[in-house]
Amino acid sequence: MSANRARVVVTGLGATTPVGGDVTSTWSALLAGRSGVETITDDWVDSVPVKFAGLAAVDPAEVLPRPEARRLDRSEQFALVAAREAWADAGAPEVAPERMGVVVSSGIGGIGTTLAAYDTFKERGWNRLSPFTVPMLMPNGPAAWIGIELNAMAGVHATVSACASGAEAIGYAMDMIRLGRADVVVAGGTEAAIHPLNMAAFAASRAMSTRNDDPQGASRPWQPDRDGFVLGEGAGIIVLESEEHARARGARVYAYVSGVGYSADAHHITQPEPDGRGITMAMTHAISDAGLTGADIKHVNAHGTSTPAGDVIEVQSVNKAMGSHPLVTSTKSMTGHLLGGAGGIESVFTVLALRDRIVPATLNLRTPDDGIDVDLVYGENRALPGGDLAAINNSFGFGGHNVSLVFQNA
Amino acid sequence: MAVSEQEILEGLGKIVNEITGIPANEVTPEKSFVDDLDIDSLSMVEIAVAAQDEFGVEIPDDQLKNLKTVKDVINFINA
Repeated sequence: MSANRARVVVTGLGATTPVGGDVTSTWSALLAGRSGVETITDDWVDSVPVKFAGLAAVDPAEVLPRPEARRLDRSEQFALVAAREAWADAGAPEVAPERMGVVVSSGIGGIGTTLAAYDTFKERGWNRLSPFTVPMLMPNGPAAWIGIELNAMAGVHATVSACASGAEAIGYAMDMIRLGRADVVVAGGTEAAIHPLNMAAFAASRAMSTRNDDPQGASRPWQPDRDGFVLGEGAGIIVLESEEHARARGARVYAYVSGVGYSADAHHITQPEPDGRGITMAMTHAISDAGLTGADIKHVNAHGTSTPAGDVIEVQSVNKAMGSHPLVTSTKSMTGHLLGGAGGIESVFTVLALRDRIVPATLNLRTPDDGIDVDLVYGENRALPGGDLAAINNSFGFGGHNVSLVFQNA
Repeated sequence: MAVSEQEILEGLGKIVNEITGIPANEVTPEKSFVDDLDIDSLSMVEIAVAAQDEFGVEIPDDQLKNLKTVKDVINFINA
């Protein structure tokens, strides 16, 4: 760790998820062990093998003014709702536009818009398309709208790495501050992919749970009979700030975001590499980037998507990177998997776990699978110890992208 | 089938409200879309698309730029 590098703090949190429309309601739901997964009632559900998902608890189109909502893809609506919450939570910092940045990502972008617009085009012609079709479908749209609203001129970016996108955005935002490009960066991930085509396509890749008779029990990370992930939707956004800038304005500091580790499996386009070399490397790099050792990490908010192969490889990699002591949980057991939004909401959860010194239990886990030697949190929430704490949030994506983020209590 | 000026005005008021949030009763014939209602060019395209669906009249781009006021649109639809 470079001695003179700016330290980065978290000063604002925002989230809209399957278990709550904001951070407070979402966190209460997680601590109460409540699932946000439900049966889909749309007619199209008959045509797909997976009939449930983590639908957003609050429809963003009902929260935003109608003229604004109609110009935004649902992924953009989620991102704006969460970004506004995070910005207000940070006290709406005064910052020069040339020192203000945004990094907000999505795994899939405005696919709902793309598909609906193609129907309009085929059925009614090009001149019936909204003039906002392109900004609604472009994957940098969420970042761009937030950047315009917050007058962010230091750079507005959208890093795309499937389910690692949101975490990669936060890593990139840290780097913007550490490199001196910005003082304040709004960062995170968003996703609105609950559409029949996505449900069908993920089912075709044999990645999703088909536990249609028990939707709320379907996301069951590390349980031996787990059968795939559950799709969720929403956004998680955090405000990152150089410590100097935050202290100078007397901001409330939630946590430090002190390390980021990136790696790639270079192995298979969808399957995890069996020895977990890439994900171990991401965690090791993140810990080293934070100037810590594996023994310092007390909690891991795991990627833990409830897929047969990935869950165990991840915790075995936790052993290699830091031993068997951290309290490991998967909040995806309750929210489902938000794809590019996952790194955003799970960074919010990791920060709150440090603040409240509590780790929410993994729902639906009763008897962990063989080959696991970490302290999985299930059955009931577990307390984190007093004193200095560090935690890791993992996100891995199709394509073999791996991102680990280290947070430390303030 | 002829549509009365009042019916077109009411229809336009609803469309403008839906797209911009401007109250429908502020959409009166003498108002300029740009100068009085603060509607930008992309919103005008949205309004034109919606008006085409509502009134069954095509508004080509080269005509749209000449439609400055609410009255201009009413006259175009009635023509």
